[in-house]
Amino acid sequence: MWLWGSLTASGAPPSGSLHGAAARVDLADLAGASSLGGRLETLRGRTVLIAAQDPLTSALALIELDGVARRMVLCPPDLTPDQAPAVMRDSAADAYVTDAGAVAVSGLEGLRVSSGPALQPLGCARRRSHDTEWVLLTAGTTGAPKLVRHTLASLTSAFTAQEAPPSPLVWGTFYDIRRYGGLQILLRALHHGSLVVSSAAESTADFLARAAAAGVTHISGTPSHWRRALMSGAAARISPRYVRLSGEIADQGILDSLRSAFPNATVAHAFASTEAGVGFEVRDGLAGFPAGLIGAPGAAVEIDVAGGTLRLRSAGNATDYLGAHAPALKDSEGFVDTGDRVELRDGRYVFIGRSGGVINVGGLKVYPEEVEAVINAQPGVRMSLVRARRSPITGAIVTAEVVLVQGAAARRPHDVVKGEILEACRRGLAAHKVPMTIRIVPALEVSPSGKLVRPDA
Amino acid sequence: MSVRATITSLFEQVAREQQRKLSPLSDDLTLLGSGLDSLSFALIVARLEDKLGYDPFDTAESFPVTFGDFVRLYESHSR
Repeated sequence: MWLWGSLTASGAPPSGSLHGAAARVDLADLAGASSLGGRLETLRGRTVLIAAQDPLTSALALIELDGVARRMVLCPPDLTPDQAPAVMRDSAADAYVTDAGAVAVSGLEGLRVSSGPALQPLGCARRRSHDTEWVLLTAGTTGAPKLVRHTLASLTSAFTAQEAPPSPLVWGTFYDIRRYGGLQILLRALHHGSLVVSSAAESTADFLARAAAAGVTHISGTPSHWRRALMSGAAARISPRYVRLSGEIADQGILDSLRSAFPNATVAHAFASTEAGVGFEVRDGLAGFPAGLIGAPGAAVEIDVAGGTLRLRSAGNATDYLGAHAPALKDSEGFVDTGDRVELRDGRYVFIGRSGGVINVGGLKVYPEEVEAVINAQPGVRMSLVRARRSPITGAIVTAEVVLVQGAAARRPHDVVKGEILEACRRGLAAHKVPMTIRIVPALEVSPSGKLVRPDA
Repeated sequence: MSVRATITSLFEQVAREQQRKLSPLSDDLTLLGSGLDSLSFALIVARLEDKLGYDPFDTAESFPVTFGDFVRLYESHSR
């Protein structure tokens, strides 16, 4: 199976379009034209970083490179020039596709191919030679991204590609299509209709206006994306039949708000992660999921709760992590531990946070250890604990408790010390990782094994 | 300090911290047109909870769209 072959399986070219912020590409045009500036064949058999800034450019490149490249690595737009060389090394990439706006590629070596939505003649028929590996990036403990290996089969296991809907769908997604949640929607849209591709450079209201103009029928985002859409006052412009949430805990408040904003739509919340794939979709309008999903016989996705966290085993699971010293992605039974903690309440499992304290800020993962490392490097700091605080806007935000070294440091005005710590965090960390508040505390609880006690976020 | 004054000063403080250019605050200014991003709003709502002792989003029926909506959401909760 390869993507272009799957899109043309009926014998006809795909009928949909990709609507970018600045350009639109009809998929049928890809039958005889390319976004890769005549360099498609030079990328055959290579491992290619897709490192364009523009999401439409990345979408076109991955359509063209599946079946051609040995491996492709989807770089999200916030990949930094510091991180890119390690991603290139760990994925053994020898080429990269980029565009004018890309910043992460300034120091990269290897074959460079410029790409964009202005198509040029392809010059030959599309041909499959490789079972291309798809590599997605996800946040890691140290701040360096983890590389998660998938196949086209694992990425498309949650929907039936060749079952055409009665009429073409127009999908929209607030997610970047280079992250798992957005890529899921891109792959569905390619098979079943069109996609309005969002761009980080665009306002929520402008994206919703484009989605409305394209006649969006199905639209997806995190609860934080949706809160932002409701705050924009522009949500009323669209009238979708299907509204999807995933990537964060969907609380009852946001589900109710969406039901009242879109009375004619099915509001569904899905559980998915880059490593575990799509778990399930809940359409009854209630937070959490029915306990009956656990251990359902013959299910395509086996769902299990062990030690309070959700585990999934399915054809949608990723294969493994890439790179030297990469940890195991699955346990001995072949399940992926999602790290999401659940609790049974009245016949329903509800999500209560993440194990290990991982904090989800508006759909972006924050590892407390990464923030603590920056704080602990400050002079006068003995130790720190970073934890989540609930937020009605982004789901959670980051806070920190800090223990100072006894002596001179502890006698300095705490506001000054806190200011210095915050300044260091702002210099060294992305904005969503910077603690909202810093509290100086006399001590932090340490377990008998010598580890910081982390309350579940 | 009134609820409105508290909110206004927090908008200005968070805009400075996040290095964002805040538009002049008026009741009909849309929140997303104010120059602040979601993270800034999350900070403002958390600090308001610390100062005022409540989070009106818990029971809000709809999301505020303008600065005026935002202030009214907090004012109506305090009464």
